[in-house]
Amino acid sequence: MSAAIETRELNVWFGKGRDRVDAVRDANLIVPQGTSHGIVGESGSGKSTILRALVGLVPTVSGEMIIEGTSVTTPRNGAFYKTVQMVFQDPYASLHPRHSVDQVLNETLKLHGFGDREDRVLQLLKDVGLGEAFRFRFPHQLSGGQRQRVAIARALAPQPDILLLDEPTSALDVSVQAEILNLLVDLRAERSLTYVMVSHDLAVVAHLCGEVSVMQNGVIVETLPVEKLRRLEADHDYTKHLLKASADTGHA
Amino acid sequence: MTDAPLLDVKGLNVTFPTRDGGIFHAVRDLGFTLGRERLGIVGESGSGKSMTGRAILRLVRPPGKVIADHINLEGQNLLDLSERDMRKVRGQRISMVMQDPKFSLNPVMTVGNQIVEAYRLHASVSKKQAKQKALEMLEAVAIRDPERVFRAYPHEMSGGMGQRIMIAMMLVPDPEILIADEPTSALDVSVQGDVLRIMDKLVKERGMGLIFISHDLNLVSAFCDRILIMYAGRVVETCEAGKLHEATHPYTRGLLNSLPRLDEPRERLDVLQRDPSWSA
Repeated sequence: MSAAIETRELNVWFGKGRDRVDAVRDANLIVPQGTSHGIVGESGSGKSTILRALVGLVPTVSGEMIIEGTSVTTPRNGAFYKTVQMVFQDPYASLHPRHSVDQVLNETLKLHGFGDREDRVLQLLKDVGLGEAFRFRFPHQLSGGQRQRVAIARALAPQPDILLLDEPTSALDVSVQAEILNLLVDLRAERSLTYVMVSHDLAVVAHLCGEVSVMQNGVIVETLPVEKLRRLEADHDYTKHLLKASADTGHA
Repeated sequence: MTDAPLLDVKGLNVTFPTRDGGIFHAVRDLGFTLGRERLGIVGESGSGKSMTGRAILRLVRPPGKVIADHINLEGQNLLDLSERDMRKVRGQRISMVMQDPKFSLNPVMTVGNQIVEAYRLHASVSKKQAKQKALEMLEAVAIRDPERVFRAYPHEMSGGMGQRIMIAMMLVPDPEILIADEPTSALDVSVQGDVLRIMDKLVKERGMGLIFISHDLNLVSAFCDRILIMYAGRVVETCEAGKLHEATHPYTRGLLNSLPRLDEPRERLDVLQRDPSWSA
């Protein structure tokens, strides 16, 4: 089985000279096709930066990123975005406030050269559990959970194989979080998607992912199967620290 | 320990007029008493939990309206006070820590001067004494290098430090009640624990009452003595924090079951079915 995503010695930095910050250092990730990989760590540990580097949102990168066996090109080409899509943390910020749901999805479909857009928009809405009634609504007429569903529909529009999820539920209430996580589980089963999910919530990552990487100060300190995480059997001190912090605040 | 309650709220209603001439009830007929204990208020967005905190301090802006039978602070009804007297209550007797330190600290004033200002508004002391007190407070919230932080500006602080500074500032006038509105939601899990421990220690040492407002059921149950669970402006259930898993109201059960757990993997999470009768 080939890997959906592989990074070799991935380095990402911001600024230069004295102000240079190494946000990600020598990150090696292998995510096999059809699996889900979680990345956890505290703010500033570089977990989101890895996702942003993969989709080409950060220019200052070295090392190799391989998607389904091919090295990525900079700038990314159309084929890349047909394969990889991203869902961002804040559904309030990631949708254009003056574009209706229909415009958002139609534009994406058009950019990717799809013809039968009318049917596809309806199908996408159905897939994310929204239904036709939401088609001509604007973002301010939607709740946070509904907006995140629209963002997921937009990411699914080009029929990607891989979804990168950057804290997709941390801006949502827990009951809505449950709905979105269930939706992600269903979509993965229907479309055999590969997920890479970034979150600070260990329980959320463990729910969705089979394998988890722990990041600290830009370095992946440990990658472990989720069963080990559930049994609280971490090898690295920092992972133990995260597990303890999570238990202390009642999140075990 | 709760002989005479510090705070006694009865029949609290907060309403806002809607554009079509109707009335929106943000809080309905809410009542509770607070002793020298840690009371958690939990609910989802829009449940009225933050409005409750604001209403106690009379910080609801018009056109919002606060009506209550009474909001008694040690027997004194806060609703009867003039705006001038109310200012003496805020900060000095009841103070509030908000969610994001970035928005509650003054960006163009050093941390030290802000704490000194907060202290001198409520106590007639010299600048030198106030500085001494501010440094002690910074030390009390486990800031390693208080002298440096005293001279620093808020943007030079991390989120966790910012929130500890807020706590220091709010506790420096020695209030009787601290209202903490999502004090750790903007912080990392690993820092959350530290900030909560510090707040807990100070509240205990001073015998204060704490109202802890949060959307995070687990966090509140790990940290508080008693929990009010709010839904659509009402308290649907009150329970001892340690007995949260015995909660009976379907809304509370629904919230508990919708959380993924590290120790119990599940294929699907339960989705909350909302019943209109809960808010009726």
